[in-house]
Amino acid sequence: MLADVWSYLTDGANWSGAEGIATYLLQQVLHTFTSLLIALLIGLPVALGLGHVGRGGVLAINISNVGRAIPTFAVLVLLSVGLEDLGTQEIGPYGRAAFPTLVALILFALPPIVTNAYVGMREVDREIIEAANGMGMRGWQVFREVELPLALPLILTGVRLAVVQVWATATIAALVAGPGLGRIITEGVANKNTPQVVSGALLVAVFALILEVVVVGLERVLDPVRRARRVSVRFVRSERGPADSAVGSST
Amino acid sequence: MTLLAADDSAACYSLVENRWICGSYLSDYRSEIVDATVQHVWITLVAVTIGLLIAVPLAVFARSHLSVEASVLGSTTILYTIPSLAMFAILLPFTGISVSAVIIGLVLYSLSILVRNTIAGLRAVPADAVESALGLGYGRAGLLLKIELPLALPVIMAGLRVATVSTVALTTVGAILGFGGLGNLLYDGVQKDFKAQVLVASVLCVALAVVFDVLLVAVQRMLTPWARART
Repeated sequence: MLADVWSYLTDGANWSGAEGIATYLLQQVLHTFTSLLIALLIGLPVALGLGHVGRGGVLAINISNVGRAIPTFAVLVLLSVGLEDLGTQEIGPYGRAAFPTLVALILFALPPIVTNAYVGMREVDREIIEAANGMGMRGWQVFREVELPLALPLILTGVRLAVVQVWATATIAALVAGPGLGRIITEGVANKNTPQVVSGALLVAVFALILEVVVVGLERVLDPVRRARRVSVRFVRSERGPADSAVGSST
Repeated sequence: MTLLAADDSAACYSLVENRWICGSYLSDYRSEIVDATVQHVWITLVAVTIGLLIAVPLAVFARSHLSVEASVLGSTTILYTIPSLAMFAILLPFTGISVSAVIIGLVLYSLSILVRNTIAGLRAVPADAVESALGLGYGRAGLLLKIELPLALPVIMAGLRVATVSTVALTTVGAILGFGGLGNLLYDGVQKDFKAQVLVASVLCVALAVVFDVLLVAVQRMLTPWARART
């Protein structure tokens, strides 16, 4: 069995061509980053704005709970069937059924981004904001200089969760004959080719783990609180209080 | 509703009409819909129950062994990163095409949530309560069963709700192996461009998740009467 999987994965013919691993991988990467970018452009301004003014909390929190109850597969199927021709159309390097896949990915990237960004903004210590106001900082300044840096750890956690969610959803797109690495699995099952099914599963899992490691690394690098702590001992003393509470709540 | 009433032929789900909302689909395909729903419910129940039965002892053991806790939490995080389609597929050589692959995969996902929450719940038990119990002469088993687990119950139940709702959604992907409950109707529906079937299966999926969640809230209220008395 393992030998069959190995020979499938090392056979160059399985990697090339329109239905090769390389094509499906490219499709999945394109879909993941495009949908993540769009979800960030839509979700972040809304969540940060609501968090700044302190409105719409119920909506921001519940969007995650509702998102969890709706199967990604059902959304993909509804969009694919419902959009008629656009539902199955092939769009350049994005592959077949690209449009419903992108829409579904964006929908499922939004909840973790919105919820975490909102909670991150609301969990910034009120006293720090009052102190900033006392120093003469106004709305936009408080947002940029105080709230955003302190909320960033949770915002980044949301983005990391969104990446994992999007990668998993992009895999399921194969069930509507859509783009991505999941196709290796669905085609393997259809052809009763177990080595192919296992190869596809291994590829999907390994790339998911690589993606997770990369994103966790980026999260560490981008986190200003962690960076400040590392770079300057002088600032650590004054920032420790709020820093710890922000990081602690992100687990 | 007038649309439905006007349509007295049985063909509103035929490929020519292919309506989203079609009463005769519900009556003509009743047994298939019921079978799929029943399969969905039992796969979810079996997976979450096994998950809970493994998670609680594992969490109790892990919290007193720091290295075990780190590796348990680490490996469940990794498991959660693997997309469901790949998870079911990777189990295929061990289980063959059977419902076991789907259930094992779902158990692993629910474990990731349940172990984490159970450890967090046990850790949040006030030290005062534990000390008082020890002072009253509780042994280790009594302490765990009568003091710690009941006090950790709200956090454990919160995890159970998340795990159950996620499992209802993830079960649909089991359709790749033919054991996806309502997911089977979705998979079949997308291949046949069968709108009525796709809509009914989707709505039932969400409805199942809501029903499970409401039931679990009721169970939690029953099991923690002290929380209700306080509010």
